[in-house]
This record gives sequence, C-alpha cells and structure tokens, in this order.
Amino acid sequence: MSASKASRLGEEIWKTRIEKVNAELVVLTYGTIVAQICKDFENDYTEVNKQLDKMGYNIGLRLIEDYLAKSNTMRRCSNFRETAEMIAKVGFKIFLNVTPTITNWTSDNKQFSLVFDENPLADFVELPDDGRAQDELWFSNILCGVLRGALEMVQMQVETHFISDVLRGNDTTEMRVTLVRYIDDELPPEDD
Amino acid sequence: MSYYFAIIGTQDNPLFEYDFGTSKQGGDGMARFTEQARQLNQFIIHSSLDIVEEVQWTNGQMYLKLIDRFFTSYISCFLTASNIKFLLLHQPPTTTSSSSSAGLPPSSSSSALTSSSTSTLVQPSHSSSSSVLPSLSTLTGGSNASTTTLGGATRTSTSIAANPTSPQTEEAIRNFFAEVYENYVKAIMSPFYKTNMEIRSPVFRARVAAAGRKYL
Repeated sequence: MSASKASRLGEEIWKTRIEKVNAELVVLTYGTIVAQICKDFENDYTEVNKQLDKMGYNIGLRLIEDYLAKSNTMRRCSNFRETAEMIAKVGFKIFLNVTPTITNWTSDNKQFSLVFDENPLADFVELPDDGRAQDELWFSNILCGVLRGALEMVQMQVETHFISDVLRGNDTTEMRVTLVRYIDDELPPEDD
Repeated sequence: MSYYFAIIGTQDNPLFEYDFGTSKQGGDGMARFTEQARQLNQFIIHSSLDIVEEVQWTNGQMYLKLIDRFFTSYISCFLTASNIKFLLLHQPPTTTSSSSSAGLPPSSSSSALTSSSTSTLVQPSHSSSSSVLPSLSTLTGGSNASTTTLGGATRTSTSIAANPTSPQTEEAIRNFFAEVYENYVKAIMSPFYKTNMEIRSPVFRARVAAAGRKYL
C-alpha cells in the first residue's frame, strides 16, 4: 500500500469509525499513571521506563486486534517499509490522531525512526527537576511497548526505544524501531 | 515602578515569588526595591492575607482589585477557584526615588537637566569665556530635554506607574492576572505537580515575566 493511500485510509477511519475521547482526560490520566509509578518505584526511572514499556506491551497485544478490525486490512504488509507506513499513517492516526514522520532508514531497511511533531501524551508535562528525570525518564515510553506488543502479534519481533524527547529539552521526539526478525509460524507440538 | 508578585497557597504558604519593574515608558523591567524593602515586601504581602480573607466572600469576583496599602506599597489580589491567591505589590516611584531610578528616561533626563542647569549657573562665574560656548550648547540641549521631560511628565501622570488607584492601573493588573492565571493553570496541570507545592517551573517564570512586560 502506498504512503498516500495509507494516509487516506487513516484519515477515513479516524473520521468515520473511531469513538473520540477528550484529549485532556487522556493526558491527565496518563500523566497521573506515570507520576504514580515514579512514586511507587521511588524515582528509579530506569525501572519506571521498564514498567511503562511492559504496560504498553500488554496493551499492544490486544490493541492489534482492534487495529486490524478497524482498518480492515487483512493482508500482510509486503515489506518492513510498508509496515512503517501503516504504523505511522494508520495506527498512530486512528488511536492518537497524530502522524509521526518516518525517517532515518538504515540501508538494510530494518531500522527507522518515528519523529513526533506533537505528542498528545505529553501536553502540560514538565519533568521533575530532581536532576535525574531529565536524563533517565522516557515519559512516553508506553508507546514503545505498544508497538512492540502489537508487532509481535503479527509475527514481527522488534526492538523499540526513544532516542530523544522534547520534554528533555531535545528538538524533537524520536522513537527508533528495529526489526529483529520475522517470527516463523511454529508448528504445534505433535500429539504423539 | 516596582512590582513584587507572589502566589500564596491554601495554607498561606508561598508557592512562587517574582519581582520586576515596569517596562512601560522605557523602563528596563528591573525592580527598584531597596534591600530593606525587598525583605519587607514578604511581610507586607503576608499581612495582606488577612484583608484577602475579609473581602474574598463579599463578592463573587476572582479579581479583588486593590485590597491593601502599606505606605507607598499597594496590594492587588486575584483569587483562583481553588483558593490560591495571586498577590501583586506595586510601588509607584516616589519623588525622591525617581531621581535615583536611572532606568526611566524622563526622570533621568530631568536629573540631567538639573545637573546641566546647575553647571551653567556655576560655570560662567569661575571659567573663561571660551568655555561659555559648550556650556551654552549643553544649555540648549538641556532645554530640549526639559520639553521632553514636560511631555514625559504629562504622560507619566496618566500612566499606570504613577497612579496605583486609577482605573487604567486596575485594568492593566486585571490583564496581568488573567494571563498569569492562564499560565498557572497550565503549570499545575503537569502530572508531577502536587497541590501547594512550590512552582519551580522555569517556563512558568518566563511567562510571568512576559506578562509583566506586556501589561505593567
């Protein structure tokens, strides 16, 4: 599916088939969750990142089903580039109403970056000024988990992490996605 | 004109403080409190909290306008819905302090005028005639400055700096409070902020400064 077609599809699904929810409700809910996790783990931000990723992973495992149902694309992407287009222009569009830019492909087509012009999870947020959060906490790390979980359910093992975040004072918010391998369908163990 | 702005929490605890000067009429935006006044301001603001409590239930307004006065310090108040108080102490330049505040062009030119006029008064008495010409030029320069000083004086008389009780001042402070309130709401929406916690956000501080420059 071409890039423009994917973008049209995302736009159409967003307009017709998606139930909308107040953005501030989402922002405040997610913000509270992150703040609470920070408190629970006593500001061990490495652990907080892990927890957010795990939460996202569990969301992703389920969310892919919703994505496939809504997008109605019961067809495998022919390559990883197409997968990236669908993630950015359909996936993010219908669930968060943002379209990250896909850039920085490696030559083997296995690694790309998603650059977020706006991040609906991070509105109003200012990281704690304890001197560590700015360097250690990835506030929107849940998105990494979601992507990892969702792609695993469609036979793609990926590695995802943020490499920059405007909350930390960087110019852009950028997530790096690396394809590790396509998971082969494994035969169920023989009965005998 | 010097301002001292403070946000007071629900337990009468300070959340934020910022002092600045006027940026109107060529002001440089620096506060001109004396070292003593700087420390006194906090006490003045604190004592005004009693007045706030008296007037806050008398009308349904959030902006309580001018509520208190301590010698030359005037205190305006704005209440948020969650009973956080914004207090602005404003101190118009007094006649003695205006000559010392070099940031304002009208007052500085007036002091320049007095110095040049005294020099022209003194110079002819004990200097040669060759020095009369430059002193004349300083005199004409001084007289030019005097007209601008007059113009400046008429303008400052209607300006918010000189009239802490005028409707214009009231309106300017209302606008200032409204803008700070808007930014305050954004600052406390941050998930890492807890009620009655000190507001340390540098972004918020910058926005308060901008509002101060814009309206006061």
